[in-house]
Amino acid sequence: MVRVEFLGPIQKEALELDINNLNELAKILQADAEVSDWLESCAVALNDTLVTSLEAALKDGDKISLLPPVCGG
Amino acid sequence: MLSLYNGSLNVPTILKEWYEEESESNYGAYIPFVGTVRSEDGIDGLSFDVYEPILESWFKAWQEKAKLKGAKIKMAHSKGDVMLHESSYIAAVFSPKRRVALEFIDSFVEDFKASAPIWKYDLKDGQRIYAKDRSTAISGSGLLA
Repeated sequence: MVRVEFLGPIQKEALELDINNLNELAKILQADAEVSDWLESCAVALNDTLVTSLEAALKDGDKISLLPPVCGG
Repeated sequence: MLSLYNGSLNVPTILKEWYEEESESNYGAYIPFVGTVRSEDGIDGLSFDVYEPILESWFKAWQEKAKLKGAKIKMAHSKGDVMLHESSYIAAVFSPKRRVALEFIDSFVEDFKASAPIWKYDLKDGQRIYAKDRSTAISGSGLLA
């Protein structure tokens, strides 16, 4: 299972999904009304490293984080 | 050095600690930036969420950049609520010469604003409201859209 966490202001509990790549995750989240509006502005991290491609393969125990727009300071 | 605090920062104490830590390090310049919560739009204060694993790796990358220039960088940030006229953010650069530190603090703080995984909320009328309009999408956002 892959754990998907929603950070900061996204009010959504973490998901545990049986998925093999980020394309599958994209399809699931695009169909989820709670989170679909956030996707355009969210960065994605795999095991706490930001990713720039959907190609990364996922394995059991991986953690994906969605990071909405930031404003520190 | 990255330090996170619950609530507001004790500015005099942190600046003094950092000064004393490096007072014998032969740096010619110590340039701090102190961010203070201003009164605007009727807010009572600000509140912050921090995602520490990615903040730490982001900061580590900047430490390496500083090292290449013979400089050192330190940063403190708040978690949770920070009220008006209190500080939520301090960054400082130490370097042998002033020009490196002045340029470095500028680029560091700009990238901090655009990339550090910290989320800001306005505290207003007892509510905690995400500062969406003042936030910046991290580079590469939209991958899953």
